[in-house]
Amino acid sequence: MKFRTEIRNHQRERHHFRLRLALSAAVVLLAFFLLGVRLFYLQVMQHDHYQTLAENNRITIVPIVPNRGLILDRNGVPLAHNYSAYTLEITPSKVENLDTTIDDLAGIIEITSRDRKRFRKLLEESKNFETLPIRSHLTEVEVAKFAVNRYRFPGVEIKARLFRHYPHMETFSHVVGHIGRISEKDMERLEDEDVLSNYRGTDHIGKLGLEQSYEQQLHGITGFEQVETDAGGRAVRTLARTPPTSGDTLYLSIDSKLQQIAVKAFGQYRGALVAIEPSSGEVLAFVSQPGFDPNLFVDGIDAANWDAYNNSPDKPLNNRALRGQYPPGSTFKPFMAMAGLELGKRSPSYTIFDPGFYTLPGSSHHYRDWKAGGHGSVDLHKSIVVSCDTYYYGLAVDLGIDNISNFMSHFGFGSKSGIDIEGEQSGVLPSQAWKMKRLKQKWYTGDTVSVGIGQGYNLVTPLQLAVATAALANNGQLMRPHLVHSIQDSKTGQISLVAPETRDNWRLKPENLALVKAAMVDVMRPGGTASHAGAGAEYSIAGKTGTAQVVAIKQGEKYVASRVAERNRDHALFIAFAPADKPRIAIAVLVENGGHGGSIAAPIARMVMDYYLLGKVPKEQLVPDAAEEPEHD
Amino acid sequence: MIRRLFTRFVAHLDGYLLLALSLIMLFGLVVLYSAAGEDYHRVIAQVVNLVVALGVMWLVANIPPQHLARLGLPVYVIGLLLLLGVALFGEVSHGARRWLSVGVTRIQPSEIMKIAVPLMLAWYFDRRAGALRFKDFVIAAALLLLPVAFIAKQPDLGTALIVSAAGFYVLFLGGLSWRVLIGLALAGTASLPLLWSMLHDYQRQRVLTLLDPSQDPLGAGYHTLQSTIAMGSGGIFGKGWLHGTQAHLEFIPERHTDFILAVLGEEFGLFGGLALLALYLLVIGRGMVIAANAPTLFGRLFGGSIILTFFTYAFVNIGMVSGILPVVGVPLPLVSYGGTSMVTLLFGMGALMSIQTHRKLVKT
Repeated sequence: MKFRTEIRNHQRERHHFRLRLALSAAVVLLAFFLLGVRLFYLQVMQHDHYQTLAENNRITIVPIVPNRGLILDRNGVPLAHNYSAYTLEITPSKVENLDTTIDDLAGIIEITSRDRKRFRKLLEESKNFETLPIRSHLTEVEVAKFAVNRYRFPGVEIKARLFRHYPHMETFSHVVGHIGRISEKDMERLEDEDVLSNYRGTDHIGKLGLEQSYEQQLHGITGFEQVETDAGGRAVRTLARTPPTSGDTLYLSIDSKLQQIAVKAFGQYRGALVAIEPSSGEVLAFVSQPGFDPNLFVDGIDAANWDAYNNSPDKPLNNRALRGQYPPGSTFKPFMAMAGLELGKRSPSYTIFDPGFYTLPGSSHHYRDWKAGGHGSVDLHKSIVVSCDTYYYGLAVDLGIDNISNFMSHFGFGSKSGIDIEGEQSGVLPSQAWKMKRLKQKWYTGDTVSVGIGQGYNLVTPLQLAVATAALANNGQLMRPHLVHSIQDSKTGQISLVAPETRDNWRLKPENLALVKAAMVDVMRPGGTASHAGAGAEYSIAGKTGTAQVVAIKQGEKYVASRVAERNRDHALFIAFAPADKPRIAIAVLVENGGHGGSIAAPIARMVMDYYLLGKVPKEQLVPDAAEEPEHD
Repeated sequence: MIRRLFTRFVAHLDGYLLLALSLIMLFGLVVLYSAAGEDYHRVIAQVVNLVVALGVMWLVANIPPQHLARLGLPVYVIGLLLLLGVALFGEVSHGARRWLSVGVTRIQPSEIMKIAVPLMLAWYFDRRAGALRFKDFVIAAALLLLPVAFIAKQPDLGTALIVSAAGFYVLFLGGLSWRVLIGLALAGTASLPLLWSMLHDYQRQRVLTLLDPSQDPLGAGYHTLQSTIAMGSGGIFGKGWLHGTQAHLEFIPERHTDFILAVLGEEFGLFGGLALLALYLLVIGRGMVIAANAPTLFGRLFGGSIILTFFTYAFVNIGMVSGILPVVGVPLPLVSYGGTSMVTLLFGMGALMSIQTHRKLVKT
């Protein structure tokens, strides 16, 4: 019986199948009939229309490049803007002999060999109906000269193009970055991101800094014109036009005046400064010294300037704030003190006797304190105020490297801060696992000792140090730093704020924080390592100095700044936040080969804070000479 | 001796199909020479593609259908694993993650699915032949949607479309009830406004551009605009081989791959286009006859799906180039330049030939 139904089912299935196949065949015929009708419509009925379009006139889509968005500081001061200038442009497809045309042009308007070279390069990359600039920034006189001779040059015209300009030159180079000509690689990326069609007609793209990271917002939407052109390629009339949409305007959280004061404060020194509003993560100043002139990069930097930048021992192209990795030195101590208190390894009253060195049990190796002879009896408060090394050698060993590593990761050490420009380095927060992975070596207790004073494997970027200081000022809550404060939509004029973003919602015990803060406040007072920089302040500052070794000093030898080559001198560091009780600004300063943090780095921070909190503009001579103060860190 | 060898060599080929296919390929090569800017290197490369694909076709034609059917499950599973591999480790190219790097070469697992899905489904239905229940259709639909979801996510809409079509044809020919079909169609239409309201602005913009390319004449719309100008200006007889102005002025993008029909239309006119349609109809008609006469459910379903999928390729491509369908990446079968799709298409043709030429063996 079952067999029978199956047979019947089989037959039914077959019947069904044939029915449905016949139905499909009908659909196929109908579909092909439709296609045939469409072809007939296109090629017979509409033939004349398309014939005209194709033969006599051709439709060309001419892109209209949008104006690139502006970059302004928090008060609307332009840091990157556009200006219009005349360019001399050639349409290669309309010119019979390019070389003679250019030679003839050179007879009336100056065309350098560099211009020619650049034009050749553009020519190789271009589509045939585009116009290409041979000279930019024509003067009024040159425009007039060409206008008189215009009849001699079919296919050559004067156009106005927009150029990008960075009015503050070096001051914002490492923040704003620059645009540059679109390269093959950029093209590939744009194609991958499926936005290539929006870049038709655009020659420039953000290459560095905010210009790069906010490219999408800054570029805008390309408009286009459907133009009918005659056989010669000349535009006959415009059929349709869609206007472009300008790029959005970026408002930075940076105060340009503050930034300028910070840059000036560095004088001839190399280094970095990052200032952050602790509660929001807004970056108030972001300095890497020396900077470079971003305007030189917009149309491709010439060989001489490039060599000068690239070979300079000052490395102006290196974004030290973002990518420089330095030992934090003694600026690490407040964080270590927090770790000791929070993890219960130290109480405020716990006191050690510092003979001027530290030894591990069962070892004779002396880990020296910076002060020969030592600081005598030292508790937590004093350890920060006088920056006692011996106290932190012991604390580090008591905590153990993995506890230190875990604790410090809450301050953002060892990981990227997530700031809104690209290329950030993550520093090194050492741990047993890290050493095994990177160096294939076991961790030794001796390694832990020097980590306690911010030396050893420890590396931080100035940005990370500022972010960590801001977190300390913000009761432990770690914020993502950001340079852009708000974005103004070019179409609607609507301003959208960049919301503060918490990276680690971790809270420190208020009583522990109060202890560390009080000690940091006393660092700035008489008896502290930055008392000079703190003198006469109308608000309370919590700070900590630091010095990072560039070259190792042998056992039993003494570091004498004047004997060490300038570039091997110690780096000076300083962190601070103010006002200490209700912090509005947190700062990290690094001065390369500056020697000592209290005398070189701290005054720079003081000037920035004075301006930010009081509006005080410093007088001319800003930084004292390095050799003046004998005091050490 | 040589005669016997020859007879054995062609024993499993289908004369009608082979003739129609060969004519299309020859026509394709002629058009390609013009589309590639009279670059014979491109033509030679395509000939190599054709030879390889024909070899695959011959091989498949010589495998009896019941052996082919048994490949369904393993090929499907491997294809699915490879798709998973692409999702996890795939290489990104042109904004989509489609390729999987295997040592020296790269493979595109979604292409395998164009065969694997109908093969798997036809095999499954064949096993349940005579006792197909609603439950089986549900399982089959799941087997179809899983790889389609992966491919759509890459994203590769063209391939996702072809794979879902190939699977759907098996379900349809297998007897999916009309009530379900109509129900699905109604539910789909009804849910459109809801779906629309859930989309972001930019996603809506994308959909609109897909439906009306003139909204984005710099991007997707540029292709259609230029291809319709080229075809329309070709007229009834065309401008003659190598004499198309639009194609040679490089107005037509991708003119040797997805948009090759624009060159054909411009240079060979309405006659060229209708001739191509006629040749496609020959292939499809023969394929349908083979499927209708197949002795097993597997043969019917797999054969039917292959030939309807072939039709889908042609319809979607021609519709897209002539401007009545949105632009999705589907090649013109056997004409567009490219090796991968050629192999997949001729694999299917080989399977049809196998179903046709192994009939008697199964019937007894």
